[in-house]
Amino acid sequence: MNVGPAVLAPVLAEPPVAPSRRIPGRKFLHALRHSKKATAGALLLLFFIVLAVFPGQIAPYNPSAMTFAPGLSPSAVHWLGTTSQGQDILSQLIWGARQTLIIAFAAGGIATCLSVLIGVSAAYLGGIADGILSLLIDVLLVIPIFPLIIVIAAYLHNAGTMDMIIVLGALGWSYGARQLRSQVLSLRNRDFLEAARVRGERSGYVIVGEILPTMTSLIVATFLSTAVYAVLAAAGLQFIGLGNPNAISWGTMLYWAQNNEALMTGSALWAIMPGLCVALLGAAFALLNYAFDEISNPALRPVKRLARTPFVPMDLDAESSNGAASNGSRRDGSPIGGALVGDRGTGADGG
Amino acid sequence: MRFALRRLGFFVVTVWAAVSFNFLVPRLMPGSPVEALIASHPHLGPQAIKALTVLLGSNLGHGSLVNQYFVYWEHVVTFNFGISITTSFGTPVRTMVFHALPWTLGLVGITTVVAFVAGTFIGLLSAWRRGTWLDSALPPVFVITYAFPFFWVGLLAIYLFAARLGVLPNGGSYSLGATPSFTLGYVGDVLQHAILPGLTILITSIGGWILTMRNNTITVLAEDYVRMARAKGLKPWRVMWHYAGKNAILPNLTGFAMSFGFVVSGAILVEYVFNYPGVGYMLLNAVDEHDYPLMQALFLLITVAVLACVLIADIATAIIDPRTTAAEHA
Repeated sequence: MNVGPAVLAPVLAEPPVAPSRRIPGRKFLHALRHSKKATAGALLLLFFIVLAVFPGQIAPYNPSAMTFAPGLSPSAVHWLGTTSQGQDILSQLIWGARQTLIIAFAAGGIATCLSVLIGVSAAYLGGIADGILSLLIDVLLVIPIFPLIIVIAAYLHNAGTMDMIIVLGALGWSYGARQLRSQVLSLRNRDFLEAARVRGERSGYVIVGEILPTMTSLIVATFLSTAVYAVLAAAGLQFIGLGNPNAISWGTMLYWAQNNEALMTGSALWAIMPGLCVALLGAAFALLNYAFDEISNPALRPVKRLARTPFVPMDLDAESSNGAASNGSRRDGSPIGGALVGDRGTGADGG
Repeated sequence: MRFALRRLGFFVVTVWAAVSFNFLVPRLMPGSPVEALIASHPHLGPQAIKALTVLLGSNLGHGSLVNQYFVYWEHVVTFNFGISITTSFGTPVRTMVFHALPWTLGLVGITTVVAFVAGTFIGLLSAWRRGTWLDSALPPVFVITYAFPFFWVGLLAIYLFAARLGVLPNGGSYSLGATPSFTLGYVGDVLQHAILPGLTILITSIGGWILTMRNNTITVLAEDYVRMARAKGLKPWRVMWHYAGKNAILPNLTGFAMSFGFVVSGAILVEYVFNYPGVGYMLLNAVDEHDYPLMQALFLLITVAVLACVLIADIATAIIDPRTTAAEHA
């Protein structure tokens, strides 16, 4: 399932900084702390990562042990109750985090690498190579991926986790490749690249050392959206029974819950909790991505209005006074580059 | 004109790719449908195995792969998809697919259009009124709902409305025992069964439209012509709709085409959760039963439908915005 289009397309708003002065991730960490959405997303993701790395210490019981009474309601002993085979739901949920996160990061990683490889090469090589590669990208982009994955998984007869990672990774790169390609195309004639070529740098260095660093935010955004897609697609596949039903993961929990009519027989939490976790994990990635959008496109940053500013219709002569009024409205200290749009935003309703 | 031809050419190429893929995958994968059937019935004698092989494997005639490929194309063009081998043994696949198609078209078609229209409008409104509660509350909410798995929202809906409140039915497209006809009773029954699935698709997919439209409109609002329109003293409503809206909606149209595939994928799961007898439900059933002819036909149908929608949306964009065709010429 490809995530929807231009929502997740950050626009490169500032000129590239020379690599030597750039501390990787500095702006990202800064935005993380100051944007509420990014903090929420990061904390959520961190929570799940902790669950995935230390499940043995956190989970109260062995997730596969069918030693408890089946179909128990939530109680102090079993916080979420038990399944119809007598397994503890909470332990399954905690151990399931590991499987899901592995799939998300591995498939996301593979797809992102492929995106970078194909997208950047297509744009850099140009000519016929570009034509062929972009045709490939477009074809894979319009063909609905999920039915394709279903058909492949059906032929694989009980796909394991590794199969799923490979299939998801090999099919999810098209959107990112397209974005990266258009970004590189716009960069191709910039002066700093020309300078590098004149200096005599090899193509390899130009791509890896000059182009890629300017696109880190786009690459990270691609990774985040591919991770969302991988999580949802994997959960969907496991839900319809195409994963490995004996593995412990959120998707397989949903599969067993559905097969045992959990919703109708009173064990509603068995079906609701894994889905909630999938939703939360997806939401964490999506929030981080949203924050990334705001970093790279200042126009999208939240507009804060001063509490008691009267609604003055936009006066074309008094630009400066309007600008002064909105000066103090940025509490997160981000540059006023977005104030211009914010200006028009507040004037829009008054007009 | 050249633009339309290019788009048509692309459509043909993608359809060719999809059909070829449909042809290649079963032949590349380990095992074959015959082996799958044999594995599930361990007591077959050699005569039975031979009969099954003839039944299942000789649809395309023997001969080289290339030969089979051409025969396959001939079958596709004449809508000869063979017969279902397990789901409903002996029924022509074509008949089964045509039975399921109207349900999916109704459910997915209507909800997608409604989601697109409503989402675009809300996004436009939300960008127009930046800084108000509408803009600060809605986008984060919809960013989150957009990441929700379709089927989970469906499960929640069933739990809330069917299991707990008992207000709406928990599955199927019409009540057991109701006879399909054009009476008000039957139509009402169908609509009642379609509310929950439709709502599920609507809630999960609307987020995308709202966010794209909002982002586009924000960019458009900074343009000079919007400023000019306001300076001319036009009513805000008119500026928002005719100037900003019509320009901001363009990327959304292309986006609509591209995410149609996404909506179809989600709809497959929703149909599965609600046992709604549409194309997606049939596909998943076919996968479960290893009914390969049915599976292939459905996959082809879904793919070609999505591709056709993309083509239509592209041409619609070209008609609305002549700049796209100009860009092609440049």
